[in-house]
Amino acid sequence: MTASQEALAPSCPLPITKYPHVLMAHGGGGRLMNQLIDKVFISTFANPALSARHDSADLEAGGAHLAFTTDSYVVHPLFFPGGDIGRLAVHGTINDLAMSGARPLFLSAGFIIEEGLKMETLWRIVQSMAKAAREANVQIVTGDTKVVDRGKGDGVYINTAGVGVIEHQLNLAPQSVAPGDVVLLSGDIGRHGMAVMSEREGLTFETSIETDSAALADPVLRLLNAGVKIHCLRDLTRGGLASALNEIAETAHLDIAIDERAVPVLPEVMGACEIIGLDPLYVANEGRFIAFVPPEESERALEIMRGHSLGVGCTRIGTVGEHGRGIVTLKNLLGTTRILDLMSGEQLPRIC
Amino acid sequence: MKYLDEYRDAGSAHAFSRAIHNITTRDWTLMEVCGGQTHAIAKFGIDTLLPKAVRLVHGPGCPVCVTPVELIDKAGEIAARDGVIFCSFGDMLRVPGSKVDLLSVKARGADVRIVYSPLDALEMARQHPDREVVFFAVGFETTAPVNAMAVYQAHADDVRNFSILVSHVLVPPAMEAILSAPGNRVQGFLAAGHVCTVMGFDEYFPLAEQYGVPIVVTGFEPLDILQGIFMCIRQLEEGRAEVENQYTRSVSQAGNTHAQRVIREVFEVRDRTWRGIGEIPRSGFRLRERFREYDAETRFGLADHRVEEPTECMSGLILQGLKKPVECPAFGGPCTPESPLGATMVSSEGACAAYYRYRRVQAKDAVPDQPLPLST
Repeated sequence: MTASQEALAPSCPLPITKYPHVLMAHGGGGRLMNQLIDKVFISTFANPALSARHDSADLEAGGAHLAFTTDSYVVHPLFFPGGDIGRLAVHGTINDLAMSGARPLFLSAGFIIEEGLKMETLWRIVQSMAKAAREANVQIVTGDTKVVDRGKGDGVYINTAGVGVIEHQLNLAPQSVAPGDVVLLSGDIGRHGMAVMSEREGLTFETSIETDSAALADPVLRLLNAGVKIHCLRDLTRGGLASALNEIAETAHLDIAIDERAVPVLPEVMGACEIIGLDPLYVANEGRFIAFVPPEESERALEIMRGHSLGVGCTRIGTVGEHGRGIVTLKNLLGTTRILDLMSGEQLPRIC
Repeated sequence: MKYLDEYRDAGSAHAFSRAIHNITTRDWTLMEVCGGQTHAIAKFGIDTLLPKAVRLVHGPGCPVCVTPVELIDKAGEIAARDGVIFCSFGDMLRVPGSKVDLLSVKARGADVRIVYSPLDALEMARQHPDREVVFFAVGFETTAPVNAMAVYQAHADDVRNFSILVSHVLVPPAMEAILSAPGNRVQGFLAAGHVCTVMGFDEYFPLAEQYGVPIVVTGFEPLDILQGIFMCIRQLEEGRAEVENQYTRSVSQAGNTHAQRVIREVFEVRDRTWRGIGEIPRSGFRLRERFREYDAETRFGLADHRVEEPTECMSGLILQGLKKPVECPAFGGPCTPESPLGATMVSSEGACAAYYRYRRVQAKDAVPDQPLPLST
């Protein structure tokens, strides 16, 4: 083998004897996905913007300070209580930009459509995307369409990419998190995951659970415009609150102590989780975020958040500790403390 | 939330903790039988609320953990066949067999689906008459009635493309195996509340009498477990060895007789191999002759297939209460949830997974091991 061939065919750094095939868990938001991202993608594409591991890349180009991000949406079913794949595809990408403190401006939309999808279904999804974009004051300015054979897609998959402009001087990143920082959570958790799961599995509960899907740029910009010295923001998606906290603790090399009693969960979400055997701390959200702020800023930040419709339920859920182990601890309902770990793979419903 | 919050109330929990401290005069070793209880203990830090003299060891009550590697291999083999839809409860999918787990089989193209009930798998069989639908019937007495019902209905409606891979084990014979083993340290049991909801607790009287151990039927919420521990220690301190029921809101002495009837009609008792423990006489179920055509091992010609258990994992000692997960040299090193050596590290109810998730690093501000003030 010549040197150039070798360069093109490096051995896979993941232990392929253990995982010769990609598993669903590699996309589940847990530890396996992090390993995949670190060892396959970040190490290969290596550059400073990517290595920051933020929700969106922070870029300087032609004198402008931009945030750039992309995300793909494969949710099934396409429509679920309170939302649909199109609305999600707009909100999710806006939220990735918002977590850099950027003002979202433009989105792209790529559609991978399965042969046989009802035209009316596609139309409803596209209308929903347009409405979500209008509400969030962004424009969908470019796109792509592919159709694949029947059976090779799940109705429709959507990829969106987004560009926003960064107008603040802060470094919103896990590296900016400091000991003593207060952790704020913008509202109750677990709704999106349970809304989708109840629809997908045909589970019906006394109260219908609606997704929390929302564009979060507005409340974030309100905090920034008020001059709150935010250290880090993270929206809660796959893997839920627990995964977001763990990723930040690990990157910042700081411990985070959370009080479970301060984490709001709707009774119907808690009930559904109990029945299926899931922990709401790990269930997906699409309209919630956590903010790390210095203690002296926390009261003001809380007040601003609660004055916004997307932050009415904002609470202070914990603080950042001094130690550098990078773990998250949870003080639970009984007042005892345990580790809040990163999920290994997917959350799987239990037997009994 | 009603019927949940009350059983997680900090004030009452601390009151029980204090009561347990007050009545404990010497060392006692208790075993909670069910993996659901083990997880609640680790998750809520219940052991940290107990006196040092009270040691909890974790029982074999995790159906995923005790399913023999041979059956996981058979599941993988059946799932990989053309035309098969293989259905399972979620937490079976990651359990390693001798070569692969079901998630890997799925990644290679097998049609493996998570279901919430075997009746959903039966419905799938009705909808796909051209496919063989196989359900992995794993569990204790708790899941036996619904698995029996699925076979009963398939038989009644003549759904011939449905079968179940049976891995059913029974709790009382396992408790007896633990008590009669040399080196047993268990002095009292918290019996598994959900198993007793189905089976009642008549079976435990001979065990309590013969081996002189208190057995307290116990629920799964923090207050249930603390009350169960309190009742068990009170018996030990008073020199009693009786069967008591803490979980009265769910369990009656006779249990659910309708469910028991369905089980008896479809299943018969047989010897079973438990992963990590070995064969325990009369400790499992198989389908009765009349329903044998719904047995997946028979249908797919795998009944004689044998696989040796790997030996590097000490889960057998953990499942018998002889070792704690943190006493295993592989714990957290070669053995983690991402690369488990044994099923106790995989299942949501496995003791090793519970320790890994909740106790890997002892939280620095964990509640100290001393009586707690009674909060109001």
